[in-house]
Amino acid sequence: MEANPRSTGRLPAAFLTPGSSSFMDFLSEHQPEMLPGNRQLPPTQGVIEAPHGTTIVSVTFPGGVVLAGDRRATMGNVIAQRDIEKVFPADEYSAVGIAGTAGLAVEMVKLFQLELEHFEKVEGAQLSLEGKANRLSTMIRSNLGMAMQGLAVVPLFAGYDVDREKGRIFSYDVTGGRSEEHGFAATGSGSVFARGAMKKLYRENLTEEQATTLVVQALYDAADDDSATGGPDVARRIFPIVTVITDDGFRRLTDDESAEIARSILERRLEQPDGPRAALL
Amino acid sequence: MSTPFYVSPQQAMADRAEYARKGIARGRSLVVLQYADGIVFVGENPSRALHKFSEIYDRIGFAAAGKYNEYENLRIGGVRYADLRGYTYDRDDVTARGLANVYAQTLGTIFSSAGEKPYEVELVVAEVGETPEGDQIYRLPHDGSIVDEHGSVAVGGNAEQISTFLDQRHQDGMTLSEALKLAVQGLSRDTNGSEREIPAERLEVAVLDRTRPQQRKFKRIAGRQLSRLLTAEGAAATTEAESDAVSDESSSDD
Repeated sequence: MEANPRSTGRLPAAFLTPGSSSFMDFLSEHQPEMLPGNRQLPPTQGVIEAPHGTTIVSVTFPGGVVLAGDRRATMGNVIAQRDIEKVFPADEYSAVGIAGTAGLAVEMVKLFQLELEHFEKVEGAQLSLEGKANRLSTMIRSNLGMAMQGLAVVPLFAGYDVDREKGRIFSYDVTGGRSEEHGFAATGSGSVFARGAMKKLYRENLTEEQATTLVVQALYDAADDDSATGGPDVARRIFPIVTVITDDGFRRLTDDESAEIARSILERRLEQPDGPRAALL
Repeated sequence: MSTPFYVSPQQAMADRAEYARKGIARGRSLVVLQYADGIVFVGENPSRALHKFSEIYDRIGFAAAGKYNEYENLRIGGVRYADLRGYTYDRDDVTARGLANVYAQTLGTIFSSAGEKPYEVELVVAEVGETPEGDQIYRLPHDGSIVDEHGSVAVGGNAEQISTFLDQRHQDGMTLSEALKLAVQGLSRDTNGSEREIPAERLEVAVLDRTRPQQRKFKRIAGRQLSRLLTAEGAAATTEAESDAVSDESSSDD
């Protein structure tokens, strides 16, 4: 095929045809088989076994948003990976955390990052946060066929909206339906427990430091009750991935920083296993 | 039907080259220089929105002189090529050499195909390395030839004169401010040898900065940062460049 990217010949006509600023649109015209959504799936019996990522949590604070994830991937009742990364920068002002089939999700993130970067390079301007969130919707929708076979990808998208000057969170369902969440959100198998924890701990005037502590508390509670979510692994020095997005852009806490938060929470839990208490009334 | 005149291939090619060169000469020249921490692109461009320089990929930048719609087309083709290659293989597998080859093939095919009008563009593809020795700069004239450049390069109508000027004065390890001032000095020289002044607002400046912590090294420089660099007192290394009769026009830029 003339589309062979290894060939050093002339750029094929599709490359020089004026058109969309979207990399996905370019691929779907030029090499449609490269798009994950266009893959032909053989008919299968039952659910395909593949590693699954579990819990992602996010919380806003004045001036930004925090997105964090545990490190466990499971396949059935087996721990497939102990140090998987499920939170990625999407571009300078946004990040995406993924729950669901790990292989497909990581591929989707890679394409999503490229989609945003491609648009930025071609247009010379960034997409709006809303535009980015919608783009992710389209990608999840294109995965619907796989989702019906049990290979669902359910991301959480968080970013700093430079126009509105605040952090925003978007959650998705398997069909690509998107909804903006206010304050806090969680996705994945441990999300019910994480959400419960966040509901009790969240306040509108959190500092950045409190927000990062809050998400790790929530992940601890998710790991406490959901076997597929991993808690902080002190022996192997594997701690949750915590990222912060403010008007300074995306920042991932260093291993030492997230270890510090996780350790202080662990210490408190030795005395109070159920964690901080909210007032009864 | 009238009989077509015979035109020798040599004559046909010479005519096409002449046509392309004239088109390129109508635009303003631009320069690309190596400095200690990377590669700087400098050109005169009254437009804030239509760029002559842009990012192609992590470490690769693009500069073009000539006809806007034609080089914009090539630029987008390059971005598509780089993104597709990085998506298919890995980000490290996208190189300036590969991109320059594709551009050379594309320009060469267009130049020698009788059915197409030759592109009136001259391109520079540059990749910043981990060290100055790893920097790569390729110049691609309208006919699809490819020239591996070092230190400094100028393209556009007045390129030869500016190139000679820069070759004499460019040194390895210049600071960004020194390289930028030298570039502006080069661009301010007219074909007849006289000097004119280019105000900072009319300059388009971008760098590929190897010290940037991000994976993407391309960055535009404008506004206060640009005026600061243009007025910064040069270190000892500039003395040679300034000992020339050329007055330091950078001080009058603000």
